Amino acid sequence: MRPLLLTLKERPPQRLDLSGLLPELLAEKSAAEIARIGVETTRKPVTVGDVFRVRTGDARHIRIEGGCDRLDWIGHGMTSGEIVVEGDAGSQAGRLMAGGTLTITGNAGPWAGSAMRGGEIEIRGSAGERLGGPLPGETAGMRGGMLIVRGDAGGRAADRMRRGTIVVEGRAGAWAGSRMIAGTLIVGGPAGPLPGYLMRRGTIVLGASTAEMSPTFVDCGTHELTALRLLAAFLARYSARAARLLRRPLRRLAGDTAVLGKGEIFLSGRT
Amino acid sequence: MRELTANGVRIDNTFAEAFGMRATAVVVTADEARWARQAAITMTGFATSVIGCGCEAGIDRNFTAKETPDGRPGVRVLLFALSTGELQKQLAARVGQCVLTSPGSACYAGLDGQERLKLGSALRYFGDGWQISKRFGGKHYWRIPVLDGEFLCEATTGLSKQAVGGGNLLIMGESRRATLAAAEAAAAAIARVPDVIAPFPGGIARSGSKVGSKYKTVKASTNDAYCPTLKGAVTSALSENIASVLEIVIDGLTVEAVAAAMRAGIAAIVKLGPRRGAVRIGAGNYGGKLGPHHFHLKDLLP
Repeated sequence: MRPLLLTLKERPPQRLDLSGLLPELLAEKSAAEIARIGVETTRKPVTVGDVFRVRTGDARHIRIEGGCDRLDWIGHGMTSGEIVVEGDAGSQAGRLMAGGTLTITGNAGPWAGSAMRGGEIEIRGSAGERLGGPLPGETAGMRGGMLIVRGDAGGRAADRMRRGTIVVEGRAGAWAGSRMIAGTLIVGGPAGPLPGYLMRRGTIVLGASTAEMSPTFVDCGTHELTALRLLAAFLARYSARAARLLRRPLRRLAGDTAVLGKGEIFLSGRT
Repeated sequence: MRELTANGVRIDNTFAEAFGMRATAVVVTADEARWARQAAITMTGFATSVIGCGCEAGIDRNFTAKETPDGRPGVRVLLFALSTGELQKQLAARVGQCVLTSPGSACYAGLDGQERLKLGSALRYFGDGWQISKRFGGKHYWRIPVLDGEFLCEATTGLSKQAVGGGNLLIMGESRRATLAAAEAAAAAIARVPDVIAPFPGGIARSGSKVGSKYKTVKASTNDAYCPTLKGAVTSALSENIASVLEIVIDGLTVEAVAAAMRAGIAAIVKLGPRRGAVRIGAGNYGGKLGPHHFHLKDLLP
């Protein structure tokens, strides 16, 4: 069956809350019912029908055409099914996601995959700041699942990450993996200043050396570890680039010794 | 009763009586096949019989580098015990002492299933706080720093309560040499059957036992009815021409696997024939009252 199609008519005049447009919430709903769902974030009411052309289809597969950076909370708390955004997404795409797959063919705003617990997110463009990270006041960021960014990621990617895997195929901004609790962040290209800032545990892999490493990371030598080979085998179907990186000999830096110091940054020998 | 013969080998109209057991499996890998095999051989040493060893263990099969989780050559080991508690104890002790210690090794679950035994979760404390937990692809691993790098170990492995222990063949010949040739052929055939092990040395036991003894403290004693040197002294199961008897004991993950192994063993003995191998095949049982699984030899003929 063909997917449920939502085509953006024009750039919306206000930011929109698309957290109600989940496969599990739209199942059994007619096009007219879907069109009546409110998506406004200001006092001026806006419905799905006002901003999207709705074509009925299998709600387990939702396709949003004409993405835009004003479309916030896409896939918020999603547990199953699939959402594909043709174009950009706004803030907090896939936040608290627990299952299913979310694909964004363009760029995503800040907090993409924020505190997600499961499922898979693929961002074919770049992601904004605090990829997978927690909102202010939350104690942990991403807690599970798979988050892939084909382009670059903004500052503080994987902030306070607890579990799961993040792959950024391009560059990462400053403080990548800041305050990590555990989990794995792989960056294909270089990272900005101070990767792993205050990380307690967890693994960061950087494809290129970074301009400014924190002096609180200590060199533990170059190794070829079975664990990284195994991770490479798992990641091969998601990112050939990440898998290639993990199969190289990598220099292990332990830290951040300013805190617990049981985390690690692996650096590729090639610079 | 009509006597069964196949290619001149007499096959007793009897059955092997087998018991339910708890089983688990692990896959051991290393940088080279010989080191994976060495770890597996070490871990399955002194694991011939639950009577004295706590568990019965053996190598099920070899894996090429393409078949293992980490892309290195590996070996699958099966372990069988009478209780889940004992199996857990034996698994942790054997992987901890024999696989963790082996150069370049890694250890993964060799059995799926809802019920789990602790593998890396039991060994991680060796890391003294430096152990690292990793979860990806729906699996949980422990990385334990060791002198040649890291020991990578899956957190848990599967437990099967459908396993069967005690499938067996009694191989009887007119000389020690011929009987051993038949037993070796059978053991080699059984080694090729998946999901089974023959836990005795080289798959062969020369000291087949019966339950109990004249001594109160001895749980198992020599199966005198099959000892050729006692032919005249006891109620013997042996005819005059039998000079040697060897036993193959088989543990399997399923009833079907044990039956397949016994069938393969019988076929190999029959193929060798009575002139170069065994003249008669029997099986051990306790009158059918103890074990729930009966493997009748007549149903397993080639």
